[in-house]
Amino acid sequence: MIRIEPREGASRAFAIGVPVLSALISLAFAAIPLLAAGANPITAYGEMFKGVFGSVFAVSEMLTRATPLIFTGLAAALAFRAKLWNIGGEGQLYLGAMAAVAIGSGALDISGIFLIPIIIVLGAAAGAAGMAAPTYLKVRFGADEVVTTLLLNFIILIFVQMMLEGALKDPMGLGWPQSPPVLDQGMLPPLMDRMRVHSGLIIAVVLAVLAQFMLARSVWGFKLRAVGENAAAARHAGINVNRSLFGAAIISGGLAGLAGVSEVAGLKGYLTADLSPGFGYTGIVVAMLAGLSPVGVVIAALFIASVFVGADGMSRAMGVSSFLADLVVSVSLLCVLVGGFIAKYRIVRSGKAGATT
Amino acid sequence: MMDLLNILLSESFWTASLRIATPLIFGVLGALICERAGVLNLGIEGIFVVGAMCGWMAVWLGAGLWGGVLVAACAGALFGLLHAILTVPLGLSQHVSGLGITLFATSVSYFTYRTALPNVSSPPRIEPFQALDIPVLSDLPFLGPVLFQQTALTWLALLMVGVVWYVLQRTALGVAIKAVGDNPDSVDAQGLSVYGLRMGAIVAGSALMALGGAFLTMSAFDAFFFGMVNGRGWVCIALVIFASWRPGKALFGALLFGAFDALQVRLQTEMGAVVPGQIFLMAPYVLSIIALVIAARSADYPRALLTPWFKGQR
Repeated sequence: MIRIEPREGASRAFAIGVPVLSALISLAFAAIPLLAAGANPITAYGEMFKGVFGSVFAVSEMLTRATPLIFTGLAAALAFRAKLWNIGGEGQLYLGAMAAVAIGSGALDISGIFLIPIIIVLGAAAGAAGMAAPTYLKVRFGADEVVTTLLLNFIILIFVQMMLEGALKDPMGLGWPQSPPVLDQGMLPPLMDRMRVHSGLIIAVVLAVLAQFMLARSVWGFKLRAVGENAAAARHAGINVNRSLFGAAIISGGLAGLAGVSEVAGLKGYLTADLSPGFGYTGIVVAMLAGLSPVGVVIAALFIASVFVGADGMSRAMGVSSFLADLVVSVSLLCVLVGGFIAKYRIVRSGKAGATT
Repeated sequence: MMDLLNILLSESFWTASLRIATPLIFGVLGALICERAGVLNLGIEGIFVVGAMCGWMAVWLGAGLWGGVLVAACAGALFGLLHAILTVPLGLSQHVSGLGITLFATSVSYFTYRTALPNVSSPPRIEPFQALDIPVLSDLPFLGPVLFQQTALTWLALLMVGVVWYVLQRTALGVAIKAVGDNPDSVDAQGLSVYGLRMGAIVAGSALMALGGAFLTMSAFDAFFFGMVNGRGWVCIALVIFASWRPGKALFGALLFGAFDALQVRLQTEMGAVVPGQIFLMAPYVLSIIALVIAARSADYPRALLTPWFKGQR
């Protein structure tokens, strides 16, 4: 008889080993689709590596791609810690981006020292509102937040398209559905000359460290973890569960909103309806790879960004579809899930007397 | 007002409603079977994509239309099996596993499509299912066009409502599936396999979901596009709750949704000059959320939904 029993004291080695192994396995898995597409996997891996680390420009591109993923990864990690299933990072990202162009493209023509903080705060507030609403529906009516946040992603994206043809349409845009550009002084400063990597990355990393500290050391973080681990027990211990959930919702939505701010006011300069190639959804993978640890999110985002940028380079060089990157990313999520099982449980053969431990 | 009445009384409106509802009927039934057995299947969105791609591609490669339907169902079942292994014997998070399946299934489909057709400017077309033209019946006033000029897949969807209802309500298997979603310990005590029942339900449910996808490429349209599923799977997850996990109500919910979607398209053309078209495009998703909020309070969730069960652990 095969039986599953919990491991005693899941070790720290698993916490690091599982995501690292998952990442490696998912990369190795890519050989299958590469072979199916008729490409030599060794050459392809070489091209991927060159695409990420082959030049300063390549590294800068990877860091640029990692920036929104750190924000959306943090958004998912903090919400999931409270067992609040925020799958709406994609929509909240667009809400943040809309707020950034609404205020930053000329509505307030003031010095950057004031304008940038205002853009950041309003963008975060828009994202926060985007998660507070489904949390209200959950707390007040019991409407499952997985479904509402997923559906809101579609509603918000259609709303963005509407605004880009209406109130937020650039009159100088030659008819293209895009917003007017953010004023120069409202743009987050670039980090390197002639490179796209911008100071949004610094904000993201600082927030990750801050989130790590808050989660581990603050009363707020303690309550949030308690609600996530056992809401009934937390309520019994006198914690206001709903308040903790709203706290997590606002922080999570705010972080996703900042991903939109950073993409618009750090990279693109204006808003289009294809601003995000699914950063909100990929953020969930980032958070899971990171084991829901905020600092881990930074590392996981760097890995996922490398996969995307590397696959783009490989795709250009060898003509294999860059959907390969999505494939690797999804496999890494499934691997880390199974790895989490192996870290937590072990499979024992029982039935014989004395076989029990 | 007269315009609205004209729309609601027109044959084409009801024909369109049933057509739009068809993939949702498959999807809601599939999700319903999984959840009745106690497992949430958020892989639905990706399984729709797999069904749409595989069904289309099989026909494009030369299989018959029903061959394509079979291929789609098998592909959906395969991804369902993966979800089943992860969530039932391994007992992993149903939320995360489901989202993982959606991402995996979607990227497999897109990669395969892109690799098979690297440089196509317009998606290649197949000869899709044609409207059944049943003699006499299809000449009936009103009912003829609405019911008897749909494609065979719509009829299959309606038939599946009856089949799922019959199995769940009238057979021992159905009783066992419902019990495993409510109280797996009692099923185990009777010597039935909890793992087997749950995994079987997920595989069968996923095959149905894939048929919803196949309808899109093989009946509603005649080609595969990226992003063509467009949230239909998520709508089904909301509709299951609205339908309180009952096949009959699921049919009603899907038809209501289809009617609403058909109405918004028609209102869009009538009022397009006054109201931005996107307001109407949003409406189906907003309606799903409203339906969920209304139903959530009194929702009678399968009691063991989302709760993993391990043999030998009470």
